[in-house]
Amino acid sequence: MAKNKQTEAPTPKAGLFSYAPAPESPAAAGEIATSYGHFIGGEFVDSSGSEALKTVNPATEQVLAEFAQGTDEDVERAVAAARKAFTDWSALPGSERAKYLFRIARIIQERSRELAVLESIDNGKPIRETRDVDLPLVAAHFFYYAGWADKLDFAGYGANPRPLGVAGQVIPWNFPLLMLAWKIAPALATGNTVVLKPAETTPLTALRFAEICRQAGLPKGVVNIVTGDGRTGAALTSHPDVNKVAFTGSTPVGRAIAKQLAGSRKKLSLELGGKAANIVFDDAPIDQAVEGIVNGIFFNQGHVCCAGSRLLVQESIQDELLDALKRRMGTLRVGDPLDKNTDIGAINSAAQLARITELSAAGEAEGAERWAPECELPGAGYWFRPTLFTGVSQAHRIAREEIFGPVLSVLTFRTPTEAVEKANNTPYGLSAGIWTEKGSRILWMANQLKAGVVWANTFNKFDPTSPFGGYKESGYGREGGRHGLEAYLDV
Amino acid sequence: MSTVAAKAPGAAGGGLEDVAASEASLRRFLHGLPGVDAVGLEARAATLGTRSIKTTAKAYAIDLAISMIDLTTLEGADTHGKVRGLCTKGRNPDPTDPTAPRVAAICVYPDMVATAKAALAGTDIQVASVATAFPAGRVALPVKLADTADAVAAGADEIDMVIDRGAFLSGRYLDVFNEIVAVKQACKRADGTSAHLKVIFETGELQTYDNVRRASWLGMLAGADFIKTSTGKVAVNATPPVTLLMLEAVRDFKQQTGVQIGVKPAGGIKTTKDAMKYLVMVNETLGDDWLSPHWFRFGASSLLNDLLMQRQKLTTGRYSGPDYVTVD
Amino acid sequence: MSETTLSVFKTYKLYVGGKFPRSESGRVYEVSDSKGQWLANAPLGTRKDTRDAVLAARAAVKGWAGTTAYNRGQVLYRIAEMLQGRREQFAAEVALAEGIGSKKAAALVDAAIDRWVWYAGWTDKVAQIAGSSNPVAGPFFNLSTPEPSGVIGVVAPQSGTGFSFLGLVSVIAPAIAAGNTVVVAAAADAPLPALSLGEVLATSDLPGGVVNLISGKTADIAPTLASHQDVNGLDLAGAIAAEGPGAAVELEVLAADTLKRVIRPAADQASLDWTNAPGTERLLSFLETKTVWHPMGI
Repeated sequence: MAKNKQTEAPTPKAGLFSYAPAPESPAAAGEIATSYGHFIGGEFVDSSGSEALKTVNPATEQVLAEFAQGTDEDVERAVAAARKAFTDWSALPGSERAKYLFRIARIIQERSRELAVLESIDNGKPIRETRDVDLPLVAAHFFYYAGWADKLDFAGYGANPRPLGVAGQVIPWNFPLLMLAWKIAPALATGNTVVLKPAETTPLTALRFAEICRQAGLPKGVVNIVTGDGRTGAALTSHPDVNKVAFTGSTPVGRAIAKQLAGSRKKLSLELGGKAANIVFDDAPIDQAVEGIVNGIFFNQGHVCCAGSRLLVQESIQDELLDALKRRMGTLRVGDPLDKNTDIGAINSAAQLARITELSAAGEAEGAERWAPECELPGAGYWFRPTLFTGVSQAHRIAREEIFGPVLSVLTFRTPTEAVEKANNTPYGLSAGIWTEKGSRILWMANQLKAGVVWANTFNKFDPTSPFGGYKESGYGREGGRHGLEAYLDV
Repeated sequence: MSTVAAKAPGAAGGGLEDVAASEASLRRFLHGLPGVDAVGLEARAATLGTRSIKTTAKAYAIDLAISMIDLTTLEGADTHGKVRGLCTKGRNPDPTDPTAPRVAAICVYPDMVATAKAALAGTDIQVASVATAFPAGRVALPVKLADTADAVAAGADEIDMVIDRGAFLSGRYLDVFNEIVAVKQACKRADGTSAHLKVIFETGELQTYDNVRRASWLGMLAGADFIKTSTGKVAVNATPPVTLLMLEAVRDFKQQTGVQIGVKPAGGIKTTKDAMKYLVMVNETLGDDWLSPHWFRFGASSLLNDLLMQRQKLTTGRYSGPDYVTVD
Repeated sequence: MSETTLSVFKTYKLYVGGKFPRSESGRVYEVSDSKGQWLANAPLGTRKDTRDAVLAARAAVKGWAGTTAYNRGQVLYRIAEMLQGRREQFAAEVALAEGIGSKKAAALVDAAIDRWVWYAGWTDKVAQIAGSSNPVAGPFFNLSTPEPSGVIGVVAPQSGTGFSFLGLVSVIAPAIAAGNTVVVAAAADAPLPALSLGEVLATSDLPGGVVNLISGKTADIAPTLASHQDVNGLDLAGAIAAEGPGAAVELEVLAADTLKRVIRPAADQASLDWTNAPGTERLLSFLETKTVWHPMGI
């Protein structure tokens, strides 16, 4: 953890009414096995190799389970299972595929508490978020795409659009189950079969999802889960019998995959990094803007590709806004992810904590002023205080590089034009925020910003009907909505 | 509550002295306040509503909530007997448990003030009286002032006035302002002290959150000691977002002027769970400074029994039932 | 007195930023017809010419993407009008470039004119077929609209029926109809119709820089476009499938560095028939879907 000097936050004095611990029961996560193999062809199977990885609870550093490091052979088996299943799955009437997806959506709803707790334990994110955001969105995503399965003729891609075949999908650790849903639901609805590799720090909910596929009676091989690190991912994305690659993760890895696939006929969709500007004008609804800024950067510990990590504030309200923001940050509750009152949980891994720490140190070294509210952090586990940097310029690393943590860089602007220039001055283009009460300025700004998602007077809102994805180096293709079908259809 | 009494009506500090110098300046000021995004405000209130208040925190909050209640009866059918019964309940909310705290005030119509005052003699429970032709307020100003003065003369410690929503909605802010100043004046007693003034906006009639923020500032500038959401007599009464917005207003007012104003949501708060949500909002928006009956009240009646049942559950470990709390 | 006077040869030039520069290299290369007969000297565009063209294309993005879709449609239609007047000239150039008869060549030019008309009509409909109103589960207005990607590098078709002009138009028109600007590596062996197109574009109300045409070695121009960090998309219509500089694989690898949107070349370019109905793939490939959320409340 950082050892920088902290200044006093202008927060409401609190102490009279302190919340007693309100822990969710870890037992609600269901039984976690001591070790896991892959899910291939409808069965849980051992890896062909002997290498095992460990997933830890980032809030305690305790090992939760071992799981297999997928080998080339494992990937081969999984792709073969998916290929075998593709014939029947793609030939199934859309209305039947739809019913499987509806079943999955319903079982997820039924088991949402279990999945939420398991996700919190494996990922470190607060139960309030897994319960109120992740799981409802996961179920909604399956529900939404279920309905598309027998309506593809009307999706605007011509009559009888065809699936691509076997989809190789690699997902990140920040929203493990939600990213799984974003990948698997549209792929299955359109008649593809999948091999999905969850992130190596968060494999548990994907493996639990495999059980749900079995409960739903999903035909064997339609969904295959192969665990492992980047080596397994590379084996999957480069496999010659994979027709479609979908990746969500960092821009460097996305770039490597794009190179790997050059010259192939594989369809590729990438959802990569971001460095979103959250732009606050002097006529903004201030209290809601403060909430939006907090939600923009501290939601999910800032492990969000579309996080509003650059606050662009109009100079005329800088002091007022920062006072309000600091006051609000002082009320954020950092700690046990399973406590229902926790706002900010654990950083997902030691490696990620090291990166956040390193970039924050760079921010200080480059002359930005660091501030974080006083808050006690647990002894074990990976933690980082919600942190604010002021006096940041566009040249600073903390204004250019994706930190993927609870660290906000504050920059200022004087005019809308300057705000747009600064906001767009990045190779990324995933999201942006605008805060102003003036309607025509919102529309003008939204038009100028080079970002795939623009949140005006709100931030970090997601919905299965709403396309999500980036401009420029934030990737290509869209997930969600009618647009999300295109990535899995031969069009 | 002497902080507020020391402040001259309509003469807030913090550079706001001239705000009400004219209709135009008052309007400019109120319309220059930051806007409120309804969806964001409601989302914030809803999120705070998900706080899980357990064990010791719950015990603290239940007792705090009881101590903040303006136990209210405002019926055309009110009688002296009914009011005396309510006062007994307020003094000793749980006959089986003398450790249960007293309520903050008994809130009645002006003609019941003397009865309540007598029934509460020897306690520090306040008598609050609605006035100014509550709830509609549609009478001439002299009648409103007489109504107020009558309640004060009968011994009211606190006056809950209603603003002229018609004037507010038609943009005559200065009329609303001047009326509050006049009522505040009517709250004065012969001995130079003054009844505490709560200003009710009837937020359900103001419709928009922008209006609620403007009304809050208008009330505070005019000398309100408390700002209060509702009469309890219209379809929409206190809601968490409206109350949160008013909490933000008193926070900002204190930051700008140094003057602390109280907040009273009223109407529709019936369960312990509701009350917890409000207290969480106070806690996370304003903190310790407002966590007392001096600065936060619940205008409620049935809330008390639910709090008492929950309190019994915490004490005994068993769920209580309506037969084990008194109906007054 | 002889029956005919000596004809005036045309000096072919690049088309960059609405102007007709010679190559900065000061060099030309010989262009021959399908039988090897010398036709003209074409400017040998270089990496630097390509860079200048990207600058011009970037400068034009704001105005072109920012103009109304209606106006873009008017401009594209104007191109068709201008082309109609020079039909015979293009027919002659196409006949020589592709080694086909004049009647067939004229039909290809007619098809190219029709293609401009087709895309002229698309400009103000793209957003309606590619956009959507999204019924999110909450109090939000949510709208997805397509926006142009920006600067697109185009490797013009080098083979297939009608490649030299109809094929060229079929890759330029959809990109600019959607509001992008383009830098085109003209077909290296048959650049003359492309260079002549510049003359049409210059007189068609098309703002300078929206279309930039470079003749020269594909192996110089295409990799420059593919690796240029200020190019947003790449249409590899005419990129050769073989290994080596300027080949599709290499270009795709270069494009991956900045994650450009790429249209891969057809598996078998030689059998392509550019007279086929174009569909919407190219029209929709260089678009970015932008989704805007706003709360609904009073």
